[in-house]
Amino acid sequence: MQGRVLTKILGCFWLVCSGLSYSGNAEQGAKVFQACQSCHAVGAGADHLVGPHLNNLFGRVAGSLDNFNYSAGLRAAGANGMSWDAEHLDAYIENPIALVRETSKRFAGLASAEDRNNLIAFLRANSVGPSDISESLPTSIPRDPDVDPQILAITGDPEYGEYLASECMTCHQSDGADRGIPSIVGWPTKQFVIVLHAYKSTARPNPVMQMIAANLADEDIAALAAYFEKQQ
Amino acid sequence: MDRRSFLKGTAAGVALASSAPAVVGSAKPRVVVIGGGAGGATAARYLAKDSKGALDVVLIEPTRTYYTCFFSNLYIGGYRDFASIGHTYGKLASDYGIAVVHDWATGIDRDKKTVALASGTQIGYDRVIVAPGIDFKYETTPGYSAEASGKMPHAWKGGSQTQLLKAQLEAMRPGGTFVMLAPPNPYRCPPGPYERVAMAAHLLSQKNPTAKIIVLDPKEKFSKQGLFQEGWTKYYGDMIEWIPASMYGAIKAINADTMTIETELDTFKADVANVIPGQRAGHIASSAGLTNASGFCPIVPASMQSQMDPNVYVLGDSTIAGDMPKSGYSANSQAKVAAMVVRAELTGSRAFPAKFSNTCWSLVATDDGVKVGAGYEATAEKIASTGGFISKNGESAELRKQTYEESIGWYNGITSDMFG
Repeated sequence: MQGRVLTKILGCFWLVCSGLSYSGNAEQGAKVFQACQSCHAVGAGADHLVGPHLNNLFGRVAGSLDNFNYSAGLRAAGANGMSWDAEHLDAYIENPIALVRETSKRFAGLASAEDRNNLIAFLRANSVGPSDISESLPTSIPRDPDVDPQILAITGDPEYGEYLASECMTCHQSDGADRGIPSIVGWPTKQFVIVLHAYKSTARPNPVMQMIAANLADEDIAALAAYFEKQQ
Repeated sequence: MDRRSFLKGTAAGVALASSAPAVVGSAKPRVVVIGGGAGGATAARYLAKDSKGALDVVLIEPTRTYYTCFFSNLYIGGYRDFASIGHTYGKLASDYGIAVVHDWATGIDRDKKTVALASGTQIGYDRVIVAPGIDFKYETTPGYSAEASGKMPHAWKGGSQTQLLKAQLEAMRPGGTFVMLAPPNPYRCPPGPYERVAMAAHLLSQKNPTAKIIVLDPKEKFSKQGLFQEGWTKYYGDMIEWIPASMYGAIKAINADTMTIETELDTFKADVANVIPGQRAGHIASSAGLTNASGFCPIVPASMQSQMDPNVYVLGDSTIAGDMPKSGYSANSQAKVAAMVVRAELTGSRAFPAKFSNTCWSLVATDDGVKVGAGYEATAEKIASTGGFISKNGESAELRKQTYEESIGWYNGITSDMFG
């Protein structure tokens, strides 16, 4: 928690003192992007590969290119109003599943904040009018690091979780069927906790899940995670 | 198969039929659940599933195939076939060991702790869970009756009434008028009448585009009003006219023979009429003395226990559930709280704080779904809202389609949660 507060203080300090300049280095970001090239293309003539092309990514509504077959999760995020800016890119690159439910992005996440900043600067340089893109430091999207380690460390009570889970089963099916509503059985505990807290903080947009998560205490979320991890 | 041979055909049936009035020699505590809808079926399933054989669970439901009221409007609109909203109780019997008795519960003797069935059988209970849904207050619709519903369907209980209304709409003369008399508060499924109007309009716009729909509404405002009125205009132009009671005055007489609804303003002549009367708790709840002057059942917010009798729990549309609306989702949510509490009382299992939630999805037109919902907590006074949400006007087509897809997911989820 202290680290998070410190980050925010430093973030504000940086905004004030740096004259709103973005901290990433696009040339360094081009090197980071080499790890992305097997799935994404960017630059002149870039087309979709396994993943969509990343030209003019800034300001693009998530999951919105007509000729790319996005995951339901990304399309849903876009439908709920998410578009790509530095904050969302930073959160998504750090941990895709924390931001977008059921993304098909096969990427575990980029832990280094410096690499992410550089990569985002590189993607910004490949968008229209990079100097016109509003700049902000990636501090306002709650995500993985924003779940307090003490919360992640809570040992859930699976028997309590079984009772709480009954509320989930109004919509989510115990057999893992996922039409219209994703399956939640068998998720790893940490992922479950991160995702529920992302709804609780409203970083994830679905209002039904925001409402459900708002009524769950940290111990409740841990209990649910402990229960669902054991379900097949 | 008649009722008697069915009873003989199940082990539980034999035990029930041969041991009137109260079952003796049963070592296990018994919970009798009256009503196999979103509240009752869910409660029975969770009691049986979670007690792992420690409880004797009996579910009394007159119909063998239960047609859900939720999504019945989508059948009217042509988005679902009738079979897709029908569900049977086979899995509750075979997979969960619930004694499913297809009979009418005619009375509860709370002193003797027995439930009487129309067949004459008496079933003893340690706890009884009462989830009979709604009955009608015909005094709110002068001239209308159960008999009149054969010509002017209410279609507010799933099943043959829903089929009748759809058949009438499909057969309506070209350019005819469909009149709905909406119900006064409180009633089952607050957005339901207005989703129905949209679904009827969708059906008519394809088959009978010059038809008119008139909604007479005793209320001055209704659930998701802005969303529905936006959608009615967007998709169905001027087909739908909504008239609140401040304009028509009062209902003076309803005549099923002349197909007229006479108000202080005018007499409305209908080709098809859908009359939805005011509502109260299912009859057995009032006959058992579980209702108050409102016609509904006061409950203890943390447990759904009847305020009239600690051995009785009441669920769903029959209850006074504070800020929770009368919906299938609400009943299903309440059922899990009651099942948890009843199991704890009878088997010593752990009791947990109650959690309640509700969401109502409605379909406005093809791939255009909207939703409203809230979370709830039990306070000393009532089940109180902790905050909610509602779809917004002018949302993107993609989001509306996603909301509709979500509603299908919910339907599959809740019916699995009810019927196994």
